[in-house]
Amino acid sequence: MSLIEGETGKWEVVIGLEVHAQVISRSKLFSGASTAYGAAPNSQVSLVDAAMPGMLPVLNRECVAQAVRTGLGLKAKINLTSVFERKNYFYADLPQGYQISQFKHPIVGEGTLTIDLPDGSTRDIGIERLHLEQDAGKSLHDQDPRRTFVDLNRAGVALMEIVSKPDIRSAEEAGAYIRKLRSILRYLGTCDGNMEEGSLRCDVNLSVRRPGEPLGTRTETKNVNSIRFVQQAIEYEARRQIEVLEAGGTIEQETRLFDSRKGESRSMRSKEEAHDYRYFPDPDLLPLVLEQSYVDELAAALPELPDEKKRRFMEDYGLSAYDAGVLVAEQANAAFYEAVLDGGKRDPKLAANWVTVNYFGALNASGVGLAEAPIDAKKLGGLLDLIADGTVSSRLAKEVFEAMWESGKDAATIVEEKGLKQITDESAIEALVDKVIAENPAQVEQYAGGENPKVIGWFVGQVMKASQGKANPGAVNQILKRKLGG
Amino acid sequence: MTSPTHMTLAQARDALAKREMSARELAEAHLAAVEAARPLNAFTVETPEKALSMAEASDERLAKGEGRPLEGIPLGIKDLFCTEGVASTAGSRMLKDFKPTYESTVTANLWRDGAVLLGKLNMDEFAMGSSNMTSAYGGVENPWRAEGSDKKLVAGGSSGGSAAAVAARCALGTTGTDTGGSIRQPAAFTGIVGMKPTYGRCSRWGIVSFASSLDQAGPMARSVRDCAILLRSMSGHDPKDSTSIEQPVPDFEKALTGDIRGLKVGIPKEYRVDGMSEELERLWQQGIDWLRAAGAEIIDISLPHTSYALPTYYIVASAEASSNLARYDGVRYGLRVEGDSLDEMYEATRGAGFGREVKRRILIGTYVLSAGYYDAYYNKARQVRTLIARDFGQAYEKVDVILTPTTPGPAFPMGEKMDDPIAMYLNDVFTVPASLAGQPAISVPAGLSEQGLPLGLQLIGRAFDEQTVLRAAGVLEEAAQFTAEPAFVAGA
Repeated sequence: MSLIEGETGKWEVVIGLEVHAQVISRSKLFSGASTAYGAAPNSQVSLVDAAMPGMLPVLNRECVAQAVRTGLGLKAKINLTSVFERKNYFYADLPQGYQISQFKHPIVGEGTLTIDLPDGSTRDIGIERLHLEQDAGKSLHDQDPRRTFVDLNRAGVALMEIVSKPDIRSAEEAGAYIRKLRSILRYLGTCDGNMEEGSLRCDVNLSVRRPGEPLGTRTETKNVNSIRFVQQAIEYEARRQIEVLEAGGTIEQETRLFDSRKGESRSMRSKEEAHDYRYFPDPDLLPLVLEQSYVDELAAALPELPDEKKRRFMEDYGLSAYDAGVLVAEQANAAFYEAVLDGGKRDPKLAANWVTVNYFGALNASGVGLAEAPIDAKKLGGLLDLIADGTVSSRLAKEVFEAMWESGKDAATIVEEKGLKQITDESAIEALVDKVIAENPAQVEQYAGGENPKVIGWFVGQVMKASQGKANPGAVNQILKRKLGG
Repeated sequence: MTSPTHMTLAQARDALAKREMSARELAEAHLAAVEAARPLNAFTVETPEKALSMAEASDERLAKGEGRPLEGIPLGIKDLFCTEGVASTAGSRMLKDFKPTYESTVTANLWRDGAVLLGKLNMDEFAMGSSNMTSAYGGVENPWRAEGSDKKLVAGGSSGGSAAAVAARCALGTTGTDTGGSIRQPAAFTGIVGMKPTYGRCSRWGIVSFASSLDQAGPMARSVRDCAILLRSMSGHDPKDSTSIEQPVPDFEKALTGDIRGLKVGIPKEYRVDGMSEELERLWQQGIDWLRAAGAEIIDISLPHTSYALPTYYIVASAEASSNLARYDGVRYGLRVEGDSLDEMYEATRGAGFGREVKRRILIGTYVLSAGYYDAYYNKARQVRTLIARDFGQAYEKVDVILTPTTPGPAFPMGEKMDDPIAMYLNDVFTVPASLAGQPAISVPAGLSEQGLPLGLQLIGRAFDEQTVLRAAGVLEEAAQFTAEPAFVAGA
């Protein structure tokens, strides 16, 4: 448990996150209008989205399937009966004057999300619920000095609100929670997790307490739209609450708005000013009733999710929790790794090392994605094969890899062109060893005298240097020891 | 031949099919009647050009022998239905110049079957009212007059324009909507037949919402048969309305066999309310006698939660209305009154756009849904609603239909009860229970009050059993022989 040191002692931070994840679907939650991002303002607005008189919502089945898939991915209870309710409030970008949401009876109940921490350990964070709701439109306040413009393209797009239990204890865990949630959503194909485009948005509920004491009063910080900002908002709010409490003050239950430029939040409204949303079941929609068989079908079609994949990578391939975690974070990366393994033909640990260190390093350095990378899984596999059969040494393999990245050629071609083939011919190595021994009598004596056993390493280095790195280090070692009489 | 405006819809349909008259002649006669009846203020919009061009298209079809079920039949449409390119005001200042770019499913069904649009009909604002006096476009005058009086009477509401137009022979039929009695009460006040079908029978898509869980479109006409014909065209499952039900649409006209031998008719004791007038008691007894004489079995039943229906209705309907009417905010369409801030614009727009009764219901609805009151009002009302539906369910174990009066009394003078909302709401006391239970119900003119004003009897039936309701209504109609005409009849 990570505690924060205040002026008067240690404090525990208690965090719950509400994540709004935009559902991947072709059309909106209750209308046929498109959900594509980036279209001209108000070009994707149906009569229903604009709340024209007499228009009625019709539930999009695909959005329901996506919510159920997500619930299953969070190992959560799927509620076979759920109810859409109206959340009533006035705003210019809310055409109906209410948001259709779920309140008392959400489609998904309690579940669990396992977060991966940097030290390789994991922690389970409880999921309170997941419900479906409509997004509002967008108010544009910066287009005109006096007027506000409204873009309704987003109005009515399906969101999943995923609410965690107050199980998170630090900014770091909050980051891990969002990363893991995003990973699962992407695996499931239910949300693209793109925070820059707003398809994943986060509200932070936070309170502080002395360890072991009951929960303190919480605040809700809204509008936090990147993992970094979530962590900033947590650090800021935890510090602020501790300062207030240590100065003898009390925390007001309130809603705060995060300002990403300042890295601070400010009070938006107090509990007294809180809206009375007058939730009631939407009489335009019947309760949503699902068959267990429908849920079972969706469950059967789910992909392997990050946790299962990680466990399999550790068990089947002998990978460390850390390596496995890195590989499974993105489904495409895990798939790439397994393509490199080519059905277990190649050494999993060697492959993991090359994929996570060299390959991902090169991707990061060059700023390209997996799909555009000059080296595909087959080519990387070819290089691993040359390492495995001794054609190229591990050291020179890095040089080969760099050349492959530059040229896009396969490993064998590079090795051929650059003459980087490892020398494994014993007689050739013997000749090199003899030469080095002859040229360095002092070191030979040192070795023989047993004064410094590490001197063998020096000899290996000399021989490797003489071979321009191409000699097989194992063979060099063996021959040296024999010749020096170890 | 009867004057075209005095025919029933069925008679006109048959005359058109036999080419005894043209659809154009029929439309012209009705357009003239609409014009003559202007003092009633039944229409908010007249669409003579549209009517004539639709009628001509019908004549072409009829000439080719390709007439559809309502080919050439001139109808009026309640202004709550959105009609493409034709102002659809919902009786409100808020939607004064609103011309939808879309056509409601029910009206689209009527045009699909060949009907002709005469115009849009006046109504209580957003269908909230029992007198048609809450319309932003003025009250609708009932074509009837009490004997020896020239006092103008209300046509009832909220479908007052629809009722008056039919009663005054301006249209062969009209559409209405019924949330708590808005078809049946004005039908009773004007001596015509009006039916609220089962909730979910007609699509609500394109009808301006008042209370979504109660609103239902239905036909108004001068005979049970005419209502049956219209209902068939109006009905049908609509994938655009999640509450419309996938049920086959029967040929309702075929249900009118005139044979109700063995039919079990329930008489609910709770409808014998305190202070019920003698003439109403007599009328009800007369209805019982007629049905018994036709071979029905009369059975006394109990609907124990009836007395809670009215408050339950006003809580549920107002709650839904407060939310449904939130979209009229001046931002996208309809009236906008500018203000210095968004909130000021909302206040100015909604203050100017809504009338008193609408504001009253928005306030009631907002109150009953608000934190701390939700359980005591809205949630309790939902629970009571379930009990009311259960009452009916239990009754239908013993009976097939239920016979009651439609209204506590005949049409009242315009301007009365306006400052006493409770007295006004009591108009719906016999009609709201069936609305809360979602059941089909019809009002049939059954006789005249001592002052010579029409009174209606109501038949309520099982969900999606409009056929039995219509069959019994047909027998009632036949027995009642209601031939009295109102004081004002257009084109007589």
